[in-house]
Amino acid sequence: MSTRPLSAPDAAVEFYDFDEHDHPDGHSTMLGFWIYLMSDCLIFAILFATYAVLGGNFATGPGPRDLFELPLVALNTAMLLFSSITYGFAMLSMQKNWVGKTQFWLAVTGLFGACFLAIELYEFSHLIHIGATPQRSGFLSAFFTLVGTHGLHVTFGIIWLVTLMIQVSRKGLIQANKRRLMCLSLFWHFLDVIWIGVFTFVYLMGMLR
Amino acid sequence: MSDHSHETTHESGEAHGSMRDYVIGFVLSVILTAIPFWLVMARPLEGGITAALIVIFAAVQMVVHMIYFLHMSPKSEDGWTLTSLIFTLIIVTIMLAGSLWVMYHLNTNMMPMPDMSQLP
Repeated sequence: MSTRPLSAPDAAVEFYDFDEHDHPDGHSTMLGFWIYLMSDCLIFAILFATYAVLGGNFATGPGPRDLFELPLVALNTAMLLFSSITYGFAMLSMQKNWVGKTQFWLAVTGLFGACFLAIELYEFSHLIHIGATPQRSGFLSAFFTLVGTHGLHVTFGIIWLVTLMIQVSRKGLIQANKRRLMCLSLFWHFLDVIWIGVFTFVYLMGMLR
Repeated sequence: MSDHSHETTHESGEAHGSMRDYVIGFVLSVILTAIPFWLVMARPLEGGITAALIVIFAAVQMVVHMIYFLHMSPKSEDGWTLTSLIFTLIIVTIMLAGSLWVMYHLNTNMMPMPDMSQLP
């Protein structure tokens, strides 16, 4: 650190740090990943705003009350909530360096995630089957874009999770893998937070509309 | 199971949860999810109050997730996670409120249009 007073005229003035301090591998990864999540948050905010603007434009097509089945949504919410706590168990096992348990809980999390996706795909295919396609109305375009983007995030989360399970089985719980698992933990819980917004503003509010 | 505070200090900056945190977060989330679903499915209250309540429940549940699952605290990463979160929330608020405001006025000031469904 250059802390020389400016009043010393003969001293060479240092404008920047010459001796760079230590940067351990991945020390800023978690903050960087958090910033990414915040940018992802903006994507979802834009899609929520689009839905809020277009959500009432039914073009004489079906509305939320005709289309949504709340028991199915509740089941879907439960799947995501279960996957959140099982991911938490995976993280606790990881902190204790239990490879087997970590893998087990990651697999359970992946299964819950896959169930969530399966239910969502069933819902989408049902809607498309009865003619409520994204092309039908502004409401349905916004609905499919918002919920579909969330589903796409979950899909990539599952791909990432499987990748990390293979990584852990090959290399074990090394520091780099722990860091990756913590990033995925943030991602996974973040998607659950977004889902709270989706089920509240799209499904529950839709039924009240 | 819950006492492993000596292990959580080996890495600085990153927050770790404990079993207790996850269980509390999960139980709270289940309650905060079940009530809004029940309010909408059983409809014990009138529409406006129900809508206000489910928005409040959603906001509380988001905070619960942030604290117990994402382990947010003012201290994590020297406060930078919280700073970036607050910045994002400000942007999101401006964007959401602005979009709704502008689009609402745009809709109400539109010229009357023929009913589009009657067109061929």
